[in-house]
Amino acid sequence: MSDKSSGNGFAPPCVGLRVRGLKKSFGAVRAVDGADLDVRSGGTCALLGPSGCGKTTTLRMIAGLERPDAGEIAVGGRVVSGEGRFVPAEERRIGMVFQDYALFPHMDVAANVGYGLGRRPDPGRVREALDLVGLGDAGKRLVHELSGGQQQRVALARALAPTPDLVLLDEPFSNLDASLRDRLRQEVSDILRKAGVTAIFVTHDQEEAMSIAEQVAVMRDGQVEQCGTPEEVYLRPATRWMATFLGDIEVLPGDAVRGRARCELGSLPIEAHLDGPVDVLVRPEGIAVGVSGPASAASAEVVSRRFFGHDQMLGLKLRSGQVVRSRRLGYPAWHPGDHVQVWIEGPVEVLPRTGGRVPEPAAAAG
Amino acid sequence: MATAAEPAGRPPGPVAPARRADGGRASWLMGAKRPPLVLFALGLAVAIAAALPALYLVVVVAGESAAAADAVLTSRSLELVARSLGLAAAVTAGAVAIAVPLAWLTVRSDLPGRRAWATLATLPLVMPSYIAAYMFVAVLRPKGLLQELLAPLGVQELPQIYGFVGAWLVLTLCTYPLVLLPLRAALRRLDPSLEEAARVMGRSPVEVFRTVVLPQLAPAIGGGSVLVALYVLSDFGAVAILRFDSFTREIYIAFGSAQRTEAAALGMVLVVVMLVLFAIYARVRGARALHRSTPGTARPAPPVRLGRWRWPALGLCGGVVAVTLVVPIGVLAYWASKDVASGLDAAAIMLAASNSLFAAAAAAIAAGAAALIVGVLCVRFPGYATRAIERVGYAGYALPGIVVALALVFFGTRVALPLYQTVAMLVFALSIHYLPLAVGPVGGALMQVPPRLEEAARGLGRTPWQVFRTITRPLVTSGVLAGAALVFLHALKELPATLLLAPIGFDTLATDIFRQTTTGFYEAAAIPALILLLIAAPPLYLLNEKGVSSS
Repeated sequence: MSDKSSGNGFAPPCVGLRVRGLKKSFGAVRAVDGADLDVRSGGTCALLGPSGCGKTTTLRMIAGLERPDAGEIAVGGRVVSGEGRFVPAEERRIGMVFQDYALFPHMDVAANVGYGLGRRPDPGRVREALDLVGLGDAGKRLVHELSGGQQQRVALARALAPTPDLVLLDEPFSNLDASLRDRLRQEVSDILRKAGVTAIFVTHDQEEAMSIAEQVAVMRDGQVEQCGTPEEVYLRPATRWMATFLGDIEVLPGDAVRGRARCELGSLPIEAHLDGPVDVLVRPEGIAVGVSGPASAASAEVVSRRFFGHDQMLGLKLRSGQVVRSRRLGYPAWHPGDHVQVWIEGPVEVLPRTGGRVPEPAAAAG
Repeated sequence: MATAAEPAGRPPGPVAPARRADGGRASWLMGAKRPPLVLFALGLAVAIAAALPALYLVVVVAGESAAAADAVLTSRSLELVARSLGLAAAVTAGAVAIAVPLAWLTVRSDLPGRRAWATLATLPLVMPSYIAAYMFVAVLRPKGLLQELLAPLGVQELPQIYGFVGAWLVLTLCTYPLVLLPLRAALRRLDPSLEEAARVMGRSPVEVFRTVVLPQLAPAIGGGSVLVALYVLSDFGAVAILRFDSFTREIYIAFGSAQRTEAAALGMVLVVVMLVLFAIYARVRGARALHRSTPGTARPAPPVRLGRWRWPALGLCGGVVAVTLVVPIGVLAYWASKDVASGLDAAAIMLAASNSLFAAAAAAIAAGAAALIVGVLCVRFPGYATRAIERVGYAGYALPGIVVALALVFFGTRVALPLYQTVAMLVFALSIHYLPLAVGPVGGALMQVPPRLEEAARGLGRTPWQVFRTITRPLVTSGVLAGAALVFLHALKELPATLLLAPIGFDTLATDIFRQTTTGFYEAAAIPALILLLIAAPPLYLLNEKGVSSS
């Protein structure tokens, strides 16, 4: 499944990382409060969450830079923390890319990359690592001569050079400008896949997490709220908080009866075994608009429109007075005042109605 | 906005004169080679002032070149150079050996009471070397305090304390704070993620220190070492009392015996030695660019747990503080109490204290301003001319204080008679004498402000002066304050220049102490010495606090 052509000469055990019941407090603040996480060997996992959710602390405990109060961490089947054991950072064989890259300013690029290879680094291996990130000829250059994107790639090469079991990346793209960020995300993701290394990266950018990780672990208040593929966490939010945290969501009051949920936008099949009052959760891109629609479609009036080029976001006022958003392709153009038919296409998720108010959608990050 | 639209990488050299009116402003502080004219003129004025005593030496030596050559071109003066450099090297090594562990322990470890230790460990800076040497002699000399204490145990004789070993010990203990202060500042500025990166890559803490921390501290250690070496080469009090024949003692003896030509010639040799030393340092420092390469802001590093190593660490700090502070202050307090019991002239001591404070504060302000000019010139406009200004700025410090003072006495009586016998002349002498103490921290702070920051501010539409006011100044303020405070502390305890240049009746604590000690009334010097320490300790403490809070 992963291309192992990079001279990564160890047999990977099937579990890359296992974290159980991890806890860490700073004074009275519980930064991490019982986090669990599993990442397969060679997998890429994004630790996503709002600031202060404990994701960076979790990463630093995995690296061995913070000592957990409780819980267990195993890397490649080897327990590095827990049961009274604490393997210091320098004995964990973990590569790390820091948010500010932490390149040594008094060394050239080659010396930086070779630093993790012992006192007499093999120049061939240094070159190999630099080639991997496309900077094969930059060995003699000084760190401050490099652009931000180049520094980032040197930091990655330095982390990968000793062929670690696990690479940790702490907000690796947050110091880059948007266009560079987009390109480097893809590049870094390809490089990690090529190296066949297990990678965990911390981010607060949902788009980043979902676009380059095969697994997303969303953290909240020191715990992993939900962990799964990007599709799972986006399309099947386990909790109401998850639904509002990731992307935009519309909540429609409804009733569930025998595998179907009825709401203002029709009767829809659901997977959950629920009966009674429910909240029907649907993404704006799952709300379709047309001049005419299926029999179950509801009529509505377009009340607002924002145009983004590749798509447009419509505000639709339903008969009940509720306004829902619909994300459509940029064409055809709808205009406020248009009377339209509205229906749901694609999956919906239902959660038991907790009564009271519909939750406020979280401010979209990124 | 017109300036912001200009291409950033435009070579400023040949273009600058043509667009002096606004183009010159646009290029200043932006890494251009050519500094603004006003700034350069100010720098030149500082350099000329600093070079004034040295120029006097040239006048004297040139006037009597044959006699001067006879005095200098002997095997004895070669020996003198070797002896003085040997002492300077040994003291520098000793000072670094004490300062590195103390700095690390007080900044990066969980040593109990590390702030208090940091303050205590920097206090020897205010101990004048003549008092330290005298304390050393008073306690360890034959029939001194220690022998008195040990006599009942049957100890008849103590090891020889005069000469090289005594001078080395006393000067090391007096000068290690000159390395400790910049080292602590550099340690606090260190980005902790660099060390974390090194640890994650499999290096042991000791190796991380050797390969990552130490190289980044090298500029601070180097800068502090230069100060120590210059201090040793120009120190007079300790070598005179401990009878080690270094340059300054020979010069003093020559002056005292009316051989002015020989003294001036020896002074010339000393200045040359100093310049060579500093040229080597500047070359080494020039080879390293020390702008922080990382875009992130540093978080404070978590303190390293010492565990069982806490006890030897406490022992080291306690030992240094005991030898440099507790014993001298104990002895001083013991004598002071005897002195109070026999009655003393409080009014005279108060007047001396206020005179000391006034002269030192004025010198600190003048030197701080001059250092900022020199610092901006040599860090932001590296080039032949600005490097020359920085080096010439060291001339006043390289000359022994007694030679600076004599040169200015000569200058005052011949050229600037209205200034002769004024406090202004004294302040002038003190500020040019201690100028490099302020240039070091200011230059260091400026080197830590990447030009990119200033460029960023310029890009936001600020004028060069606004950039300096809103970006550079706040960032270098701690450096300027540290530099001015260093000058203040040194001016406070300065002796020879004050003795020779203070107007008649302008007694300071230092001259008071000197008068008592030279006449053998060591016990009577105790109270002024204690007051000197009390006045100097608070600003030094604040200097440390300021550094801690601004990190």
